[in-house]
Amino acid sequence: MNSLYYQKRLSRNIGDKFFTSLSVICALIAILPLIFLVTYILIKGGSQITPELFTLEPNPPGDDLDAGGINPALIGTLIITTIASIIAIPVGVGGGIYLAEYSKGGAFSRFIRFGVNVLAGVPSIIAGVFIYALIISTKILFGSMYSGLAGGMALSILMLPTVIKTTDEGLKLVPNELRYASLGVGASMYTTILKVTLPSAFRSIATGVVLGIARAAGETAPLIFTALFSYYYITGLGDLFYEMGSLAVLIYNFALEPYDAQNKLAWAASFILVLSILSVNIFSRILAAFTEKTKRV
Amino acid sequence: MIKTNKKIPKNIILSLENVSISYGTFEAVRNVFCNFKKGNITSLIGPSGCGKSTVLRSLNRMNDLIPNCSLKGTVLFDGTNIYDKRVDPVEVRRRIGMVFQQPNPFPKSIYENIAFGARINGFTGNMNELVEISLRKAALWDECKDKLNDSGYSLSGGQQQRLCIARTIAIEPEIILMDEPCSALDPISTLKIEETMHELKKNYTIIIVTHNMQQALRVSDMTAFFNAIEYEDGDGGKVGYLAEFNSTKKIFNSPKEKTTQEYISGKFG
Repeated sequence: MNSLYYQKRLSRNIGDKFFTSLSVICALIAILPLIFLVTYILIKGGSQITPELFTLEPNPPGDDLDAGGINPALIGTLIITTIASIIAIPVGVGGGIYLAEYSKGGAFSRFIRFGVNVLAGVPSIIAGVFIYALIISTKILFGSMYSGLAGGMALSILMLPTVIKTTDEGLKLVPNELRYASLGVGASMYTTILKVTLPSAFRSIATGVVLGIARAAGETAPLIFTALFSYYYITGLGDLFYEMGSLAVLIYNFALEPYDAQNKLAWAASFILVLSILSVNIFSRILAAFTEKTKRV
Repeated sequence: MIKTNKKIPKNIILSLENVSISYGTFEAVRNVFCNFKKGNITSLIGPSGCGKSTVLRSLNRMNDLIPNCSLKGTVLFDGTNIYDKRVDPVEVRRRIGMVFQQPNPFPKSIYENIAFGARINGFTGNMNELVEISLRKAALWDECKDKLNDSGYSLSGGQQQRLCIARTIAIEPEIILMDEPCSALDPISTLKIEETMHELKKNYTIIIVTHNMQQALRVSDMTAFFNAIEYEDGDGGKVGYLAEFNSTKKIFNSPKEKTTQEYISGKFG
């Protein structure tokens, strides 16, 4: 008869220990790149942060030892991401509403769901090339070629699937009883969605939107083909139709420069970019936790 | 107007004529003829799967929300077949309100729960007054007059259900449909809802589905007993039908049908 006590030597217990440690090690290896990456960028970029960084234009490479600041790129990223959001959020939320509320699971809605999944897997550079072919090479936007507007459009393609999916899934989580309740007091479908189901799904939709924005803000490839880059301050609305700088492309350009000053500026920009994307992600978490708490007061 | 020429007695508010309802190819209930009297409480009873809830939901076109659900026959309300193509289901639901099995208040304040329906129905009068009157009619005013701004979810299950009733009353429907309104509630809450129903009877017609035969006996004037049987031409599944419809007294004291007798005495169900 075997003893009931735990025996270390038993082969099953040894195997158990082995696989437990193996999975812990794998988990650690998986998280290591993130930790290294963030610390490296914090150290390399953090030391470059000065007040001038946020106010100056970048100097052309090779001019002098001072590389200047990232003001145009910072503002450019904000503008391009905003344009992307203005396009992607209404279209994405609207599409999600159609899928979750109106479609009856027919061929058309299945096709859209499939298409959204495919779109989510499209490499970001393809989105850039697509907008390049559609808008820039045709000069369809009032004759302008590379522009912040086109950059925003390219990013909106990348945001769309996230927004549609989270809206669709968020709305599906709203219990049907709530819809019946609203329709039962004589609300139309439109009022029901606007006043009852959408507010109930606000949390997941907002989280999806914020994550979509975070993804778009860090993209480089689509912008290389569309917004290109600019060294100069953004001064007015007209600048939307011209080349526009962005943090991601600034990093891409300046990291490749042979000059130390430009490399340092790229590090500083990386720091700002990582920090802002990180804070946007954290913000989405807080938003989720906050609305979760207030949902059932 | 989409009126029919058929003569219907004035005291009949809602009339089912040869109604059959199917979900896809599955027939849930067949050939129902039934007249609901104005100002009455009519209860629909019967074993599970006899289609009584299906019939109830068909009365204000809630079945529209279930994919594949189709209805044959006519449901006459106010001289109009509510299944006519020209009828707007939203308008039907404004005049025929519904209280569901599970209490389902909106995730809003108690006040807003009631104001919501009234507002979307174009109510322009004194909203505070309407909220108070509706809550009073649903016998909930005393319990929540001091916390109208609290969430509807802060109430107990029975109070939530009365809030749902108040919400329905606020849109001033002519008929209130109740789908097993007390099945999720404790006996004391059930009793309160039944008292509320007696109060409501003065102004509204109520049609209630219940599994509780004592409840049918306590609250209703008329009782419709639904049953389900296998039809020869069916695909083997049971199809619901209206077995007997009479005053509650007669159904419970001297039913004409043998199955009714067996059901109310608890032999099956």
